[in-house]
This record gives sequence, C-alpha cells and structure tokens, in this order.
Amino acid sequence: MAMSDTATTSPRPKRPFGTFLSLLWADKFAFVAMLFLLVVIFCAIFGPWLMSDAAGSLNLRGRNAPPFQLDLGWAMILGADSLGRPLLPRVIIAAQNTMMVAAGAVVFSMIIGTTLGMIAGYSRGRLGQIIPRLADVIMSFPSLLLAVIVLYMLEPSVSNIIIVLAITRIPVYLRTARAEVLEIRERMFVQAAKVMGASTGRIIFRHILPVVLPTLVTIATLDFAFVMLAESSLSFLGIGIQAPEVTWGLMVAQGRAYLTNAWWLSFWPGLAIILTTLSLNLISHWLRIALDPAQRWRLEMGGRKNG
Amino acid sequence: MKNFLGKRAFASGLSLVGLVVLVFFLSRLTGDPTDLYLPLDASLEAREQFRELNGFNDPLLVQFGNYVWDLLHLDFGQSIREARPAIDVVLEGFSWTLSLAIVTMTIVTIAAVVIGSLAAFRVGGIFDRIATFFSLIGASAPDFWIAIVAIVIFAVNLGWLPTSGTGTIWHWILPVAVLFVRPFGLILQVVRGSMITALSSPYVKTAKAKGVRPRPIIFVHALRNGLLPVITVIGDQAAAILNGAVVVETIFGFPGIGKLMIDSILQRDFTVVLAAIMISALAIFIMNLLIDLAYAALDPRIRY
Amino acid sequence: MADHLLEVQNLSVEFHTAQGTVKAVQDVSWHLDRGETLAILGESGSGKSVSASAVMNLIDMPPGRISQGRILLDGRDLLKMTDEERRRINGKRIAMVFQDPLAHLNPVYTVGWQIAEIMCVHGTAREKARAHALALLERVGMPEPEAALDKYPHQFSGGQRQRLMIAMAVAMKPDILIADEPTTALDVTVQAEVLSLMQELQRETGMGILLITHDLGVVAEIADRVVVMNGGRIVETGDAAEVYRNPQHPYTKKLIGAAPGKGQMPEEMDRDGEPLLSVQMLRKNYGAFQALKGVSFNIMQGETVAVVGESGSGKSTLARAILRLEEPDGGKALYRGRDLVSMDLKELFSLRRDIQMVFQDPTQSLNPRMTVFQLISEAWVIHPQILPKPHWRARVAELLTKVGLHPEMAQRYPHQFSGGQRQRIAIARALAMEPSLIICDEAVSALDVSIQAQVIELLDGLRREFGLSYLFIAHDLPVVRDFADRVIVMKAGQIVEEGAVRQVFEAPREDYTRALLAASLDPDPEVQAARREARRKMETAAA
Repeated sequence: MAMSDTATTSPRPKRPFGTFLSLLWADKFAFVAMLFLLVVIFCAIFGPWLMSDAAGSLNLRGRNAPPFQLDLGWAMILGADSLGRPLLPRVIIAAQNTMMVAAGAVVFSMIIGTTLGMIAGYSRGRLGQIIPRLADVIMSFPSLLLAVIVLYMLEPSVSNIIIVLAITRIPVYLRTARAEVLEIRERMFVQAAKVMGASTGRIIFRHILPVVLPTLVTIATLDFAFVMLAESSLSFLGIGIQAPEVTWGLMVAQGRAYLTNAWWLSFWPGLAIILTTLSLNLISHWLRIALDPAQRWRLEMGGRKNG
Repeated sequence: MKNFLGKRAFASGLSLVGLVVLVFFLSRLTGDPTDLYLPLDASLEAREQFRELNGFNDPLLVQFGNYVWDLLHLDFGQSIREARPAIDVVLEGFSWTLSLAIVTMTIVTIAAVVIGSLAAFRVGGIFDRIATFFSLIGASAPDFWIAIVAIVIFAVNLGWLPTSGTGTIWHWILPVAVLFVRPFGLILQVVRGSMITALSSPYVKTAKAKGVRPRPIIFVHALRNGLLPVITVIGDQAAAILNGAVVVETIFGFPGIGKLMIDSILQRDFTVVLAAIMISALAIFIMNLLIDLAYAALDPRIRY
Repeated sequence: MADHLLEVQNLSVEFHTAQGTVKAVQDVSWHLDRGETLAILGESGSGKSVSASAVMNLIDMPPGRISQGRILLDGRDLLKMTDEERRRINGKRIAMVFQDPLAHLNPVYTVGWQIAEIMCVHGTAREKARAHALALLERVGMPEPEAALDKYPHQFSGGQRQRLMIAMAVAMKPDILIADEPTTALDVTVQAEVLSLMQELQRETGMGILLITHDLGVVAEIADRVVVMNGGRIVETGDAAEVYRNPQHPYTKKLIGAAPGKGQMPEEMDRDGEPLLSVQMLRKNYGAFQALKGVSFNIMQGETVAVVGESGSGKSTLARAILRLEEPDGGKALYRGRDLVSMDLKELFSLRRDIQMVFQDPTQSLNPRMTVFQLISEAWVIHPQILPKPHWRARVAELLTKVGLHPEMAQRYPHQFSGGQRQRIAIARALAMEPSLIICDEAVSALDVSIQAQVIELLDGLRREFGLSYLFIAHDLPVVRDFADRVIVMKAGQIVEEGAVRQVFEAPREDYTRALLAASLDPDPEVQAARREARRKMETAAA
C-alpha cells in the first residue's frame, strides 16, 4: 500500500536551505549581492583577527602609495595611506566596526519597534493610542542632528552610537508593525482563529507575526543600509567612531585631506560602502518576492527557466 | 480640520519641548564654554565676569527657568560666538538652507516623477532598466563620498566648478547635484512602484476604453493617484535637508543651518543650537502641514 | 460581407506566463447586430471577457498575443488598424461598462469631469460636454444630477456608480455597449434596475449590447442570444430561450442543472422542544447607527435557518454578534440554554468549538502561510481534548476525503487551490472542531454557480451525516430555496419576515419579501419574461 505509506511518513518537501538557494539563484543580481555580503560579513568577523598586523604596519616608503602596484607586496594593491599603512587590509578590518554598529542598531530598533508596534496595533485600549504618539515624537527629532548632539555630549563609543542610531530607527518598525497589525487583525483568517477559540498569544505569534515578519525583514535590510550610511556620516563628521578605531566612513574622512594628490584614500572605503548598501538594496528587493508564498513562484519558475 | 491642526501642533510642540530640555541639560552637563572663548591667560576675575554675564553661575534649574522665560518673550538669547542675537544668526543660516532645499527638491521631484512615470509605462523596457539601475545606485551612495569624488573630478581635476562658498550660481551646482543623488534614487523607486500600480488599475482600463490618449492616461489619470505615496517620501527627504544637510554643507562650506549647528556644537554656542533646533522644527511642522494639504488636494477622499 | 455590426472570427488569444503559454481563448467566433443583446456566459477562467478585451484593445501585449483571427467592425478589421485609429473607435463607437464601478472610476476626479472627458477626447468642447453630462445624469435617473456632477465616485452608492458608468458609456451614443459583469456586486433589486436601464437605453438608441456574465438569471432577463464558454472555447451558441430549454453540450446542461432555486423545497419540520440556539432581542450599534434593532429567532437541532437580506441589512453583523466577534449591545443568545452574550471569556472559549463559522471569501479566511494540515489541525492545538496528537494526520486525511479533497493535499498552501477547493478546506477546518452549529456567512457567494451547487450539496450531506445545524447567511434568495428549512428576511437591522421556506417562497406575507423575490432572476427566460410582465403591471398599478 504505497498510498498509506506516504500518508504516514510525512511527505517531506525540499529542504528549506535548498529552496532558499534555488530561490536566490533565480535572481542573479541578488545572488551576486548575497555573495558580496557574505564576503563582507566574513571580513567583519575574521578580518581584524587575520589582518590587524598587516593593517597596522607603517611603511614610510609607501606613504600615499598609488594603487595597482605590486612591488610593495599584495597588501598595497589598493595603495597606502598617509602613514604608509596598506589600504586593502585596513578596508577589511574596518568592516567589523561598520557592520557591528549597523547590525546592532538594526536588531535593537527592530525588536523594540516591532514589539511596541504590535502592542499598539493589537490593543484597543490606551496603549494603542499612546505608543504611536511616541513614534511621532521620535520622528520629529532631527535624527542625524540628535545623534550629533548626543554623541558630542556623551562619549562616542561603539555602544553609544548603536543606542543613538537604534532610537532614531525605532519609529520605522513601530509604524510598519502597527499598520500591518491593524490591517491583519481585521483579516478573515484572524477572525477564523478567534472563532476557533485561539488565545491572544496564539493569534499574535502564530497568525499575525508570520505575516508581518517578512515585511519587517525587508525593511530591516533596507534600514541596515540606511544605518550604515548614517554611521558613516557621523564618523565622517568626526563625531562617530574615533581613531585609532576604524570604520569606512572614518577612512573617507581621513582621506579627505589628501584628495588632490591621493584620491584612493577616500575612494576605496567609499566604494565599500556603496557596494554594501547596493547589495542590501538588491537583497531587500529579492526578499520582498521570496518571502511571499503567493509571489514566490515567480522566482521558482524563473529559476527553472534559467537553470 | 481645526481638531486635526490642534493635534498636530500638540504632538510637535511636545517633542520640541522634549528636545529643548534634553539639549539644554546635556549641554550644561558638559561644562561651560568659558575656556573656549577667553584667552588661556585670562585672569580669574575676567573668567568670573564672563560666567556672571552669561549666567553660568546660577543653579541649572534657574538657568533653565531664565531661558524659558526669555523664550516666552521670543528672546532666544545671544550667540556667544558672534555676539549678536542667536535668532539672527540662525535665520540667516536657515534662509540659505531653505533655498538649497527648495532648489534641490524641485529638481528632484520633477526628475523623479517624469522619469519614474515613463519607466513605469513600459515595465522591463530598456528605459525602465536604466532608470532602475541608476536609482538603486543613487539610493545606495553616501553623500559625503559623492561630494568628495565630485570635488576631485569637477573642481580639482577639471577646474570647472568652485569647491566652496555661495557667491555665484556656479557655487550652487555641486551642493545641489550631490544633494540630488540620494533623494532622486529613493523617490524614483517609489514613483515607479506606485505608477506601476496606478497604471494597472481598473480606472486606467476605463480610460483606455474611453479612448483617452496615452499621455493623458499617464499624466492625468494615473499620476494624480500614483503621487499619493510619493508625497510622503518627498516630505521625508525635504525634511532631511531642512534639518540641515550637515555633511554637504560642511564639505562645500555652505553657510546653511546644518553647518551652523555643527560649528555651534563644536564651539559650545548652545543658544544658537537651541534656536536652530526650534526654527527647523517649526519649518518641518509647516512642511508637514503642506504635505497634508497636498494630500487633501490630490485625493478628495481625504478630509481632515 | 459587412452584414454584421461587430463580428469576431476565429479569435485565439494566448498569454505568456512563467508557467509557459496559456491559451486564454481558442478559435472563438461570434457576432453582434444592431439592437440586439448577446450574452457571453461562462464561469471564472472560461475566457469570457477575453474577446471583449480584444475588441477594446485592452489586452496588454506582451504578455498577451492575438495568435489568430479577425475582429470586424462594419466589415473593417480592428486588428489591422493602428492604435490611434482604435483609440478613436473606443468610447465613440464601442463603449464599455465594467464590474466594480468603484474601482473603475478614477477616485480623484469628479464624475462630471469623467463623463465630460469621454466627449472631450472625441472632439466635443468642454462647456458643451458638461451640459451634456448633466443631461446624461438625468437620463440615467441620478437624483440631484446638478450636484452629482461635482461629486467624487466614493460619494455614491454601488448602484448609482454603475449608473454613472453607464451614463459615461452612452455619452457618445455608441453603436455597441460592452457590459462586463455589470451587476455582479449589486443587490438584487438594484441589479434589476440597472438591467432595465440598459434595456431602455438600447430601445432609444438601437445599440447592440454585448453582455458578459456568469449568471444565467441575467441572461434570461436581458439576452436575445447566448454564447456559452468553457475553458477558452465556445461550447454552445444560440437563442437564449432555446439554449435554456434544450441545451446540447454537456457543460451547458451541467450549468443549467446547477442553477439554484429549482429543487424540491423541504417540508416544514417539527419545531417543538428546546431550541439549539435562541436569539432574543439582539442589538448592536455603531455609534448612532443601529445595525441590529432587536433581532429574535430560534434554531432547532439539525435545522438550517437562512438569513436573507441586501447589503446593510445587518445580516453579517448578526452572525458576528452571535459569535461575539462584535460585542452585542443588548439582548441574549441562548445556546443550549446558556447565554453567549453575557458569559465570561473562559466559558466562551470552551463553547467556541460548538459553534463554528465558514466565511465568505476562503482566500482571506485561510492563513496564507499555513499548510492545509496546519490549518485543519489548529483546531486540536487549541482544544487538545478533541483529539490526541498521534491521530491528527489520519484525521486530517479523513476530513479532507470527507469534503471531497485528496488527502495528499495536506502539505500544500492555500494559494495552490482553486476557490471552491479553498472553501472545502475551510469547511474541513470547521468540522475538525466537531461543532453542532455552523454559521455560514455568504459562504457560497464568491463561488461559481457549479461550484456553489457542489458546496451546498456538501453542506447538506454533512448535515445529514452529523446532525449539524446551520445559520446560513446569503443575499441571494434562490440559493437558500432548496437548502434551508426556514428563511428569515432582514432589512435595516430588523427581521421583516420569518417562516418555513415553502411559505416564504410561495406565499410571502410582506411587500419587501415579494419585491426581493420579484427582483431575483430566474434562469428560465420564460419565467423571467412573465416576471417582467408582472413587474411592469405592479409599476403601472402603483403609478
């Protein structure tokens, strides 16, 4: 009885990871972007551990050495800075601070914002009225300026930067989560769950959250790019991360003094920022389709056609 | 409408009060600016006199009370740095930033709306792909980096444009061009998305069935609907510039409110910082009202 | 050979999709003459709208492609004309009215502007166009036409909006009016008015009407000839009355057989003893608006009670108030003697499994991110005492079989099913709770006629098998005729008439019920002709 066999052993669909890969492969831009991001993440995690010696080595002979010259060794392929430190390893180790700040701020603001937004969207009482006002208040603060002021007054450490950036981004998640919950709460399948006697917790976590989450993840990807740019701007203005710590934005700022004779000092870290944010934008675009079961077929079909 | 205005003003006022309190106390906590403004060898007496003059010797709460009392009389205090009323300094900077914002956002809006609408009309066409590609890059680019690259190319290497100042129209080109990039990329994407939705909507089908020509279909039937989500984004971007295009103003030495605030913070001229915050908050409040009015003007279903 | 006004010859249209090429219509031919009404009848996915879209040049190419055929207007092939030539024909010689007028009218322009626009694009001066628009609004029976010109579409009711669409379409006195499901979302009484307006205009101008519909009743009311489509092909064509009386193709026979309102009406049942559910003076207000003004009725064990009413009658609010999805403002709902309205949430929670609900739109009532297995077994996650976990898989398979689905479908997601299948899943989910009362809120309204019949048959079978009771909410009288035991007619938050199904249908006591019955369309053209005659007599008598 083949029939009953398949009925008892749960018919396993494709492994989730395999599905993920094939969906990613279907969008070539997103695939390349993901590869690039993996490289960046690898650099962020292992870069300082592997490269800190090379990045810190002063070579006075190589001060402001131009890029694409191999006679000073592979590390100098992108040139060297005003102290003769090779740029490639410096860009690599700078990934850590840049990514850590962005990731920290995004995770914090997403968790806090989503929680508050879902409470605001689901509760019909006072909380549902007060919490959105909170978002309005934060929103009407000029965010970059607030960061400037706070970081000038407080110590511009990594954790302070994360906190300030996280606070300014909370309203994004709060508003989205609230708007989505308000809409989903009225949808028929939530009503159906209520009719079945589902508890509030079950309705929120089993029915509402899975529908909201893809939107939030998509926004978070975009926001990651935004926070990266904000952090870079702060560092560039001299009120973000301070030397000797290093981030891409700081490197651009440090290179500014040598614009006329050594453009590469600012160019490479800037390029790193652009490529990372571009990748995040592409992946966010891909996620919007891949996380929606009703749209996913576009990728599945496209993948089959291409592959 | 009245009710709506009241609610709006209340929310904005509340956050403004919060911001002023926060900045006021944070600024006093970091010490007084005496050392910055008096020569190193100034006598103790002179220092004492300076403190007394600026009221730094009073308890914090008294200082705050005095400040609020003056504010209620529309007195924003004196700028220590420039020795004239802070409000004058701020309004001067603000007028520069306002011009910059208006010029930039006008160009951005026109360019993004026209290009985005045309891209949406033939989705997947060559024009659409080019527009999408550039909008993605634009939305991803850090402004300080573009500014630097632009200076290297157009000011240093080619020598076509000045690097800083405000003297001639040539001075405006680089700041406007750099400020243009990111809002353009972001707004173009939103225009394209909402115009795709609008152009595939049933009422566009009706217009086709009525025999309406393609151009009025895009720019009369679809655009007015498609603009609704766009306006919000335009507002956000304009607000960002009004808050001080800090980075761009700093790089190009543009005497706007953003540069003013940074300089004032670095030199502890806090009366100016506080006045600047209030002026830009007021500007953004007015701009948000304009956005809401634009909404109501575009969509008859919206009534406040 | 230009003997027909509009003639479609051997038309085939295909669409390129990710799944490959889909042939939307194949080898379709029909013609339309001046002064006649041709109906294209078909269910969703039959391709009934495609040829009309081809006539109006509304098919997006790509992905669409007209692979063969000709469309002759007065003998000239539209498909060989330039876009500009076709644009001049659209609106002027051929005009179109769509389903869902709210979506098809531009929300941000006044209706006066939109009606004037069709004249302006075909060369009328603005001032003149506005004056004519006013005349048109008067003609289609718009109250306060002068004021209506400057209003926006959202300020009108559904029926009025469709009148606006019609006014717009006939502005240029077109030779052909294409109406795509023009009355589908409208209440029955409004539907009758809109259809008769179209007929009057046809008598005045002599235009040909092409009517696209899924509703046999609409065909019977208005069509001279009918084209029946299924799966992109024409299966039958001919005189409307003839096709109804003597269908040739099996599909047509099935369609006519599935039309509701012809079966045996059940005998009145014995209503002694304690009712299963006794609703007493139930009230619900939204602000100053009274949605329910004290509604009372009983449902007995094993009985099906239908609640019929037009939009705004409060029938859906009634269902939601009984389940306390909306908190009622007064009254009682005694379920086996226990009051649902006043009981605390804990008690309500344990009673939830006894009363289940099947919603109108299964696309929305099933969580799109859960598999069928998860959807059905959720009942037992919430109420673990019903079934221990090891039995879940077998029970899901059993329930799926019971509602006519394959057990292997348990791992799929809702979007992989058709509308009718989704409603079966929703029913299986309700059954998983082992309820004694199921509330069906317009549960078959969104489904095609043949699917509708199957789902009703399924519900009926389940009733007999499990002794279920139903509260069946519908806007359509014929649907409840052969299914319900009792009928409650609601209007403006109140019960107008209540009685056994035979009494309500054969001897209605209230004028409103009679009007509803008169307005609902019978699939039989002859019956419909007789009703039209009766209606006209009623009107002249009233005048």
